[in-house]
Amino acid sequence: MILGAGPIVIGQACEFDYSGTQACKALKEEGYEVVLINSNPATIMTDPDLADKTYITPMTPELVEQVLEKERPDALLPTMGGQTALNLAVALAESGVLEKYGVELIGAKLDAIKKAEDRDLFKQAMKTIGIKTPPSGIGNTLDECIEIAHEIGEFPLIIRPAFTLGGTGGGIAYNKEEFETICKAGLAASLTRQVLVEKSLLGWKEYELEVMRDLADNVVIICSIENIDAMGVHTGDSITVAPAQTLTDKEYQRLRDYSIAIIREIGVECGGSNVQFAVNPVDGEVMVIEMNPRVSRSSALASKATGFPIAKMAAKLSVGYSLDQIPNDITKKTPASFEPSIDYVVTKIPRFAFEKFPGSQPILTTQMKSVGESMALGRTFQESFQKAVRSLELGYSGWGCAQVKELDWDWDQLKYGLRVPNPDRIHAIYAAMKRGMKVDDIHEVTDIDKWFLTQLKELVDIEQYLLSRSLSNLTKDDFYEVKRRGFSDKQIAFATNSTEKEIRKKRLSLGVKPAYKRVDTCAAEFEANTPYMYSSYDFECESAPTQKRKVLILGGGPNRIGQGIEFDYCCCHTSFALQDAGYETIMMNSNPETVSTDYDTSDRLYFEPLTIEDVLNIIDLERPDGIIVQFGGQTPLKLALPIQQYLDEHRPTSASGAGLVRIWGTSPDSIDAAEDRERFNAILKELQIEQPKGGIAKCEDDALSIAKDIGYPVVVRPSYVLGGRAMEIVYSDDKLATYLENAVEVDPERPVLIDKYLSDAIEIDVDALADSNGNVVIGGIMEHIEQAGVHSGDSACSLPTKTIPPSCLATIRSWTTKLAKRLNVCGLMNCQYAITLSGEVFLLEANPRASRTVPFVSKAIGHPLAKYASLVMSGKSLHELNFTNEVVPRHVSVKEAVLPFEKFQGCDVLLGPEMRSTGEVMGIDYEFPVAFAKAQIAAGQKLPLSGTVFLSLNDLTKPHLERIAKAFLDLGFKIISTSGTAHVLELAGIPAERVLKMHEGRPHAGDMIANGEIQLMVITSSGDALDSIDGRHLRRMALAYKVPIITTVAGALASVEAIRSLKSSSIQMIALQDFFDEEAIKTLSNKRLQSVSPSL
Amino acid sequence: MATVNYAVRCFVTNPSAKNPSKPRPFVVRCSVPLSPSHDASTAVQERPWKVADARLVLADGSIWRAKSFGAPGTQVGEVVFNTSLTGYQEILTDPSYAGQFVLMTNPHIGNTGVNFDDEESRQCFLAGLVIRSLSISTSNWRCTKTLGDYLAERNIMGIYDVDTRAITRRLRQDGSLIGVLSTEQSKADEELLEMSRSWDIVGVDLISGVSCNAPYEWINKTNSDWEFNSGGRGGDKFHVVAYDFGIKQNILRRLASYGCKITVVPSTWPASETLKMNPDGVLFSNGPGDPSAVPYAVETVKEIIGKVPVFGICMGHQLLGQALGGKTFKMKFGHHGGNHPVRNLRNSRVEISSQNHNYAVDPASLPEGVEVTHINLNDGSCAGLAFPSLKLMSLQYHPEASPGPHDSDTSFEEFIQLMKQAKQAA
Repeated sequence: MILGAGPIVIGQACEFDYSGTQACKALKEEGYEVVLINSNPATIMTDPDLADKTYITPMTPELVEQVLEKERPDALLPTMGGQTALNLAVALAESGVLEKYGVELIGAKLDAIKKAEDRDLFKQAMKTIGIKTPPSGIGNTLDECIEIAHEIGEFPLIIRPAFTLGGTGGGIAYNKEEFETICKAGLAASLTRQVLVEKSLLGWKEYELEVMRDLADNVVIICSIENIDAMGVHTGDSITVAPAQTLTDKEYQRLRDYSIAIIREIGVECGGSNVQFAVNPVDGEVMVIEMNPRVSRSSALASKATGFPIAKMAAKLSVGYSLDQIPNDITKKTPASFEPSIDYVVTKIPRFAFEKFPGSQPILTTQMKSVGESMALGRTFQESFQKAVRSLELGYSGWGCAQVKELDWDWDQLKYGLRVPNPDRIHAIYAAMKRGMKVDDIHEVTDIDKWFLTQLKELVDIEQYLLSRSLSNLTKDDFYEVKRRGFSDKQIAFATNSTEKEIRKKRLSLGVKPAYKRVDTCAAEFEANTPYMYSSYDFECESAPTQKRKVLILGGGPNRIGQGIEFDYCCCHTSFALQDAGYETIMMNSNPETVSTDYDTSDRLYFEPLTIEDVLNIIDLERPDGIIVQFGGQTPLKLALPIQQYLDEHRPTSASGAGLVRIWGTSPDSIDAAEDRERFNAILKELQIEQPKGGIAKCEDDALSIAKDIGYPVVVRPSYVLGGRAMEIVYSDDKLATYLENAVEVDPERPVLIDKYLSDAIEIDVDALADSNGNVVIGGIMEHIEQAGVHSGDSACSLPTKTIPPSCLATIRSWTTKLAKRLNVCGLMNCQYAITLSGEVFLLEANPRASRTVPFVSKAIGHPLAKYASLVMSGKSLHELNFTNEVVPRHVSVKEAVLPFEKFQGCDVLLGPEMRSTGEVMGIDYEFPVAFAKAQIAAGQKLPLSGTVFLSLNDLTKPHLERIAKAFLDLGFKIISTSGTAHVLELAGIPAERVLKMHEGRPHAGDMIANGEIQLMVITSSGDALDSIDGRHLRRMALAYKVPIITTVAGALASVEAIRSLKSSSIQMIALQDFFDEEAIKTLSNKRLQSVSPSL
Repeated sequence: MATVNYAVRCFVTNPSAKNPSKPRPFVVRCSVPLSPSHDASTAVQERPWKVADARLVLADGSIWRAKSFGAPGTQVGEVVFNTSLTGYQEILTDPSYAGQFVLMTNPHIGNTGVNFDDEESRQCFLAGLVIRSLSISTSNWRCTKTLGDYLAERNIMGIYDVDTRAITRRLRQDGSLIGVLSTEQSKADEELLEMSRSWDIVGVDLISGVSCNAPYEWINKTNSDWEFNSGGRGGDKFHVVAYDFGIKQNILRRLASYGCKITVVPSTWPASETLKMNPDGVLFSNGPGDPSAVPYAVETVKEIIGKVPVFGICMGHQLLGQALGGKTFKMKFGHHGGNHPVRNLRNSRVEISSQNHNYAVDPASLPEGVEVTHINLNDGSCAGLAFPSLKLMSLQYHPEASPGPHDSDTSFEEFIQLMKQAKQAA
């Protein structure tokens, strides 16, 4: 049995899908029957054909025990699913469950896990083998922590909770007050109520080594990683480089010796581990910071950086192989018992989402906050760094050659931006260098090693040189010098005051083209045909493109909120399906955490930034038959038009000789028609599809008159950003004016969209599939639990729908089909609808591309939609795929979002039109309440079965109060409320205890939370000034004390149902495959099935 | 496949490709041309990079434009690549590289400068250094000098900004190549090519050029900062005579750390003199070039084996092989790196080893009684021998590391055991 990592959260992302998928494949290859548990439907690993039994179910010890009892596996592999799996394994081992069912823990034994994760045991172990750790102490209470702080004697101090993920609950304290706050949070976050208080090694250099050991005690180091950000920034939030650049052999070998001694002492008997070191730049003193006895984000990075598949090897080692018995995956001829040598430089840069969490400070500390990362390979640090910066897709085409905001800052502000680690620090460095600050001085404030700073300084010098030249007098050699330092055409255009197109033209006319190099684990020492490639501007290109029929798939780039693993899932499925259909698939992506960037997912892999320059370079080189832009989210979609333009201009023929290079699927023009508000409105009018009233405001007066016309509440958002950024629901003129003043700028260039907000409407998500003959099949119709207005990505949803009348569903089906035909969709389309209380249907949005819900729907209905879509795009019809009818399963699937509020101190936890969830879970059962309950448990909401419910509803939702309160009373809960809500309850004759609001005096609701007197909270926010202080504080407290908090009426009602079902019967764990086996027997014919429209 | 394509591309501009018997050089353009740019504007800022001023001409006819550092001049030598990620200073001072151009596959070289501790011999014997990127700064608390200054002082040539991976792939496919490195613009490509073709490393005695001239005592142990294996030292002190065929000092440091008293002797030191010193053991060191070029050394080895315990490392291993009647042969491109897996057949453990050799012993040619103790897992070649009845052990690779992993350090302990047993038996 393999344990997955559950939903994507900060610090635990799709790298564990990558490792889990590799493990499943490796063990099945060895002939083992694999049982998998993972609550995350968006993963490749939970595809029903990857394991023999796939449990997309909650992952609590009790429920996993049920699966153990049912499946009786021989062994449990807990090292592939991050901290989630490791903690779960510890719980199962300690409670004796594993022993009870005779299950052997493989990969890491209980003792080893505890020795590595328990801060005290780890320190002791290091002492035994004579390796230094920072002066520190272990505290189990706040008083103990304070005492340790006294002993260490100076601030800053680092607080590291035991058994947590990504440093959750930890931080750096610069004073006593801060120290106490962080210690409290850390003690709460730790599974064992234990924190390590440690002397800060701020300014020391940080290194990581990835180690592997087999059962025969052979140990190898896979990769060394050097952090550019010095100690004090979580390694997941640091910019990192592989291999280590500033160590001599003696120093490196010392770290290697230590790593080997550590993995032996901790007793990780086989598999991969990660060891982190701090090195004093003044005298080379080494201290070990921590080790993870499992595959990690760093090991995913190391795998992609070296070509050595750590997770796959770890899985094989766990069943008894030794390293020398396994061939090196890439050379095939040499054994895996070696240490990769690389002849390039890898840079990883994390990507953040602070803007989505107002109230939180964009400061980087020991608690990880990044939501994704880009990686780039180059022959030199400069090349890989610049590529990594442009891979981030944050509007920079590289480092420098840009008008960054930091250039306008005053020196104080700039120095603060340098001194305090933050996501934009690299741009502050650029600004400081541009303004003449010396490398030594920048090193002084940033603690960044001068080696890296000097490299960056040279880039600024090159920029200065370019600024003094015009494009016409750049020679071929100039181009080579500049391109080898990673400058993009766009940067050169900026510096030479020309356009990207002109640069490309000139560059190609001089014959300056990228040369692609291969990643081969051995620096070219042995022959390797693995087609894992990156671009350089060196002499020899090793790409050797084929003349087969082939398809280029553009991936989704770095993970971010709103664009993550779901899209990677789609890209992988596309690759698998088209490979099966006989095409050579070529993947292009820049995200090291993903399955898509595994070199054996596609026939060829280009680890490259997803910018127009880099994509066109590959199109020129490969000349594929098809280019697929539909599956990677917004990233490739944004490239669709410029690619189309290029293809129209140059009309390249495909290498296979089968015709022109084309973008497959829905045309970029149709994609644009769906995104361009005015074109889209015209189409809807023509098709007689209703949408909420609205308008485009080009000034404040416009906005107010539109709002007056359609009536409040209205949804306002800027027209030029996507994904719900800065979207708000506004209830009055005042608020609208405030919004226009503060949140966005409104002018004719950047209009603001104003739409009627449909209060209490139910939102519907539809995924549909269309072929080039105009056949349309609905993939799934999902009913959102939360009302319209909550971003669909943050809302729970149910498939099939629960409360929607057939007439509305009929409208939705007919509109979706009409629209797909009108837009000539070929592939997937996602539509969002709202249904008002009176049963009116409105179309909110249509996206002619794969949506976030595709993996969920595919698993719910048992049909791989992304695969179908890619085949449809290759020219197959839905008839040929035998997918002609909408499938409405008998079982109910519920998706729930997982939110990262606990990582962002100070931000509110309310859901809104801006998406903030990082991941999702799925619950499946035959009844909605049970499926919903499973999803809640999986999402970490510990729904109480009894106790006290705190109710506080705003005026808009007060009409629902009675129903909610009565339902909780029926279930035996006690109700407490603050004045307003309590008053309404009393009027309705419902017993409720009153409690003071936070500002009214004490004891107040917050005290009750702290005292454990509240088990569940239902709060709908009034959104007024008081609420944004008082209410937010209370909600943050609930979060801190892990009291489940529900912020919508629909969520409350669904939770009531779930609690009722939990009280009446226990949850049954059912494997995904079993839902369909059973259905196959019953061959349900559902009345609601819709037949395919005949082709036109 | 790829190289074929690109080789063709290179030859397209070269009409003489039709005449393979006498291929003319083709130019691999790797950087700025030697001629000044035709840009007339003088007000423009100067280019913030060095202009190419050197050539590497390989015997296969390829010419690689590059930028020079270190010493100027013209040098001929055999090009070998080394895949170690760290340890360029140790490599530069390893006498085994005498007569060779070392190409480092790790692109960034010079990042940590050079320092006092990391020298493996008193000077640099290699012919030159070929790298992708020369560090523009140094970062290390031990650094005393930049790599460029260091090489210039020692009169060693270096080139950078050349596609080292492309050259490595050539060496892998075609085997080691002779090359000429030159900063002299007056020399024509053809002249340099001719130089490379008329030079041969096979059969050349490079050892006499790197060995010490007179015996001396060695006392330095591994510096306590870098000592990594402090357990398991017996109280006995053994006297070891170490033949210097180009010995790396870390071999001596490791023996000293294991408690040995060491006398280093020149390669030509007669066996009889050595035996007169009454040593507990004799070590035959690493060294450059072809073992067949030094028959006198093989004779010395022959005279010593069987009389005292002996330990051969690298060249020493090959000499032992020949002395036992075995054959050595030149490998296609040899082993040069710090990541080679070797199986120690006696305990079946895998050691990650530091390797640097172009010649190997053919185990099939060895007489009965010789035991192959270590095998290189990458290609199955012989990596270690023992002849227990002769108290003989040898390794083809470098247990002293420096640079490289410390996995095989235990072999020094084995040598100590061998001497101990011999002493007890006596």
